[in-house]
Amino acid sequence: MKPGRNMRLAGLIRKEYLQVLRDPSSIAIAFVLPVILLLIFGYGVSLDATNIRVALVIEQPDNIARNFAGSFDRSPYFAPEAFSSIQEAETALRHAEVDGIVWLRSDFGSRYLHKDGPPIGLIVNGVDANTARLIEGYVQGIWFTWLEQQSELAGKKLTSPVQLEQRIWYNPAVRSTDFLIPGILAVIMTLIGALLTALVIAREWERGTMEALLVTRISAPEILLGKLIPYFFLGMGGLGLSLVMAKFLFHVPMRGSLWLLLATSALFLWVALGMGFFISTVFRSQFVAALVAMVSTFLPAFILSGFIFDIRSMPVIIQGLTYLIAARYYVTILQTLFLVGDVWSVLWPNAAILALMGLFFHGVVYRKTKKILQ
Amino acid sequence: MSRPPSVKNRPSDDRTASVSSVLVLDQVKKTFTANKTTITALDGVSCQIRPHRVTGLIGPDGAGKTTLMRLSAALLRPDCGTLRALDIDVVREPLRVQAQVGYMPQRFGLYEDLSVQENLDLYADLQGVPKEARHERYTRLLAMAGLEDFRHRLAGRLSGGMKQKLGLVCTLVRPPRLLLLDEPTVGVDPISRRELWEIVYRLVETEGMSVLLSTAYLDEAERCTEVVLIHQGHILGHDRPQAFSRQVTGRIWSVRAPHVAKRSLQLRLSNDPAVLDALILGKTIRVVSHTAGKLHLADPPAEPYRMDPVEPRFEDYFVATLKKNSRTADSAAQITLGQNNHRIGDEDVIVAENLVRRFGSFYAVDRVSFRVRRGEIFGLLGANGAGKTTTFRMLCGLLPISSGSCSVAGMNLRTAASAARSRIGYMAQKFSLYGNLTVLQNLGFFASAYGLRGQDRTDRINWALQTFALTPYTNSEGQSLPLGFKQRLALAAALMHEPEVLFLDEPTSGVDPLARREFWVQINSLADQGVTVLVTTHFMEEAEYCDRLVIMAEGKVLAEGSPESLKEGFDNENGQEATMEDVFIGLLKKQQKTGEAG
Repeated sequence: MKPGRNMRLAGLIRKEYLQVLRDPSSIAIAFVLPVILLLIFGYGVSLDATNIRVALVIEQPDNIARNFAGSFDRSPYFAPEAFSSIQEAETALRHAEVDGIVWLRSDFGSRYLHKDGPPIGLIVNGVDANTARLIEGYVQGIWFTWLEQQSELAGKKLTSPVQLEQRIWYNPAVRSTDFLIPGILAVIMTLIGALLTALVIAREWERGTMEALLVTRISAPEILLGKLIPYFFLGMGGLGLSLVMAKFLFHVPMRGSLWLLLATSALFLWVALGMGFFISTVFRSQFVAALVAMVSTFLPAFILSGFIFDIRSMPVIIQGLTYLIAARYYVTILQTLFLVGDVWSVLWPNAAILALMGLFFHGVVYRKTKKILQ
Repeated sequence: MSRPPSVKNRPSDDRTASVSSVLVLDQVKKTFTANKTTITALDGVSCQIRPHRVTGLIGPDGAGKTTLMRLSAALLRPDCGTLRALDIDVVREPLRVQAQVGYMPQRFGLYEDLSVQENLDLYADLQGVPKEARHERYTRLLAMAGLEDFRHRLAGRLSGGMKQKLGLVCTLVRPPRLLLLDEPTVGVDPISRRELWEIVYRLVETEGMSVLLSTAYLDEAERCTEVVLIHQGHILGHDRPQAFSRQVTGRIWSVRAPHVAKRSLQLRLSNDPAVLDALILGKTIRVVSHTAGKLHLADPPAEPYRMDPVEPRFEDYFVATLKKNSRTADSAAQITLGQNNHRIGDEDVIVAENLVRRFGSFYAVDRVSFRVRRGEIFGLLGANGAGKTTTFRMLCGLLPISSGSCSVAGMNLRTAASAARSRIGYMAQKFSLYGNLTVLQNLGFFASAYGLRGQDRTDRINWALQTFALTPYTNSEGQSLPLGFKQRLALAAALMHEPEVLFLDEPTSGVDPLARREFWVQINSLADQGVTVLVTTHFMEEAEYCDRLVIMAEGKVLAEGSPESLKEGFDNENGQEATMEDVFIGLLKKQQKTGEAG
C-alpha cells in the first residue's frame, strides 16, 4: 500500500464522520428511523387477528345452534354478535360493523350430522384479503372442532379418514412480532446501506464537492472506499441498536449464534452499499437518487422480501421477481437465525447468493467509476 | 457562418513553445450529446499556455471555457486531439497530472458543514501534504486570504467572497505548478475580487506558479499577462491584452452632450451610420466607429457637444470584431408595445420602506428603503448574497416580509388580487422557461397564464415572435436555443401582457456583451414608453445604464442615487472619472470603518 493512501482514506473518513455528526438528516436515517420502524412494527402492526367481529345469524335458536354459537363466544379470535335475520346481518356487513357473517339456517339442528354438506353459511368481507382468509380459516377450525365434539357426544366416530394434530414449530404462540422484527432489520439495513449512501454521494455531485475531490490525487477506488467504510460502520451501529431493541424491548428469541448474525448482516450491508453506489453512479441528483433508491431497494425490501407478505402466495411472475431482491435472502437468514438456530443448510445457499449479488454490484461500480465527469 | 479573423496565434518568437509551455492543446475537439442534439463545446482548439504568468481564458458563457478547464484537469476526455500539462499526457496519465495541477472548479466544492480548518485538513490529506509542513503552509495561505480569524467558522457561514478565497486556499495546500481557476471571480464582491487577483499575482511572483484563469468579465482581461479569447468553441486570439485593444486604436470616442438625456443620445448615436456601437458610460457615451480616424457623425446631437478620442479597452476589441461579423437581420430591434397607454409622470410606482427579511437570526435584507418613479430604470447593485433577490421576491409578493412595507403600483402584491399581478412582468434569474416546450408553446403558455384569449393571444404571440426575431426558432425547443435567444424568449414571455412594471433578476448574467447591449436597447425603449423597470445586477458597469440605483451589501443599502451622483467624491487622484467599481469599493471600505468605530 502506498504511504499516501492511508492519509487520503483517513482524511475522507474523518470528513464523512464530521458530516454525519453535523447533518441531522443522516442521523435521522441511521438511528431515528430504525427506532420508529421498530416501534411501529413491534407494537403497532400485528398480523394476528383477535376479536374479529362476526355476525351470528341463528334462524332457529334451538339447543344445537346455541351450542355451536357458544364455541364462538369462547374463542379468543371472535367477538360474535347475534342477529336474527340474514338481511340485518348483511346490512351490518355493508356498514362495516362486522367483518363476516356466520349463517345458521333454520334446518341447522336437524341436518348438521348429515352427509349432504354442512348447513352453515359464511360470508366474509373480502376487501382486506388477509383478514378474510384468516376468518375463513378460523371459522372452519371452530366448525370442525365442534363437529368432532358433537360426534363423540353422539357416540359416533366422525367419518373423517385423517386425524389432524397440529403443532407449530419455532413460534408456537404464532406471535407475528417474532418474525416481523427480524424482517424489519433487513429494511433498516437497506435504508442505511442503499438509501443513505446513494443520497450522500448524490449530494457531493450536487454541491460540486465531487468535482473538487476528483481533481486531487485520490483514485476512484479510494473515493468508494472512503464512503464504504464509514457507512458500513454506521449501518452496523444501526443494526446493533435494533438488536438491542429486539432483544430487550420485544423479547424476540435469539436461537442462532450472534457471530453468525453479525457476519451475515455485514454481508448484506455490503450488498446494500453496493446497490447504493450503483444508484449514485447513474443518478447524480439527490432527488432522483432518493426516489430510485426507494423504489428499487427500500420498497422491495418491504414488499417482496417475504417479511410481511408470503412469497409463495404471490403470482408466479412476482415470485420470480423476488429472486432479484437481496433482502429476500437476508430475511430468510434472519428469520432462521432468530427463530430456529444455526441451520447451515438454509444459511449457506442464501449467504452465497448474497455474496454473488455483492460481487456483481461492487464489480459494476468499480468498473464504471472513473474519475471523469459526464 | 464565417469565422472572425483572429489575432495571430502567439508570437512566433519561441519555436520551443512545446518545451516551455505548461499546457499545450493540439486540435482538441469535444462534443456533448444530450437529447439527440450534439453540442460542439470545443472545435479543434490549439493553444499553448506559457509558464510563470497569468493567462486569462476569456469568453462569454457557453464559449467552451469550462470544458477546456476540465479537459486540462483530466476530468473529461477529448473526442480527438492531444493535451499535455507540464509535459505529461493528460489523457494517458490523469493521476500524475492531477498530482501536480491545481484546479478550482466554478462552484468550488467546499464542505459547508465543515469548518475552515477541517476543509483545509481534508484537502491536505487528499493532496498528501506532510503533517510537519502543514502548520506553516496554513498560516501563510490563511494570512494571504485574510481568513486567519475564521479558522473555526463553518465554511457555510462565510460570505461569498470568503468562500471563494477558501476554495482557492484549499486548491493551494500543496503548491501546484500549474493552477487552473474556472471563473473564480463571478458574482464576488469587488473587494474580494481585487483580493483574489492580488493572491493570484502573489502566487505567480513568489511561488513561480503558472495560472490559467477563466472569466466572463471582459474588463478582467487587462489584469492578465496574456489573454486567450474564446468564442463558440473557437479561439479568436492569444496575445497580450494591450495587443487586442491596440487593433481598435483610433476608433474609440467619448461623446458628451450635457443637454441631451444620455439614453436618447445613445440611441441617436447607435443609429448613426458611422457608429458601430454606442454604450453609456458614466456621463458620456462610449462610441466605437466603423473605421479609424476622425469620427464624422451623420446626425450630430445639438450643440454643445464634445467628442474626444479615448484609449481602447479589451471589450472594444471584442465588440468591434464580433459585432461586425454578426450584424445580421436577426438582431432584435427596439420594442414597441402594442398599446402604449402608460402615462409618464412623477408618481412613485415602487415603494420600499424599511423592508426587512429575517431567516432565523440572519438578516437577508435589513431596513432597505427606496422609491422608483414611473418610466425609470432602477438598479439594485451588489455581489451574490447581498440581498438583491430577496428584496425582489418581497416586492413581487413571492416572499413574506418580516417587517416594513412595500407596494408596487400602489398595491401590496402579497395580498393583492391576481388582477394586480397582471400589471407586472417578471423575468427570473436563469430564465424560467419550459426547456422541452417549443418557443411557440412557451409563448402560448405564458399568454394563457396571463389570461390572454382568442385574437388577443394570437396577436401578442405574433408580436413577440416578430419583435424579438424569434420567428426562425418558432418550433425549436426552449432548451436548444443559444443563451442570447433564451434571454429574448424570457423577456418576450414577461412582456406578453404589456405590464407597466417589469422586474428583471440578473437578466444578463453570463450572456455575451453583444447580447447584453441588445438587451439594454430593448429595456431602454420600454422605459421610454413608460414602463417602470427594476433590475438586479452584479455587473458594475451595468449600473451605468440605470437612471438611479441602490448599492447593496450584506442586506443593507450603502448608497442611493444616479450613477453620476454616486461617483461624486470617489474620483481618482489623477482626476479621472471614477468607475462604478471604485464607488462600490469606496463605500464598502467606508462602511467597514464606521463598523469598526461603532
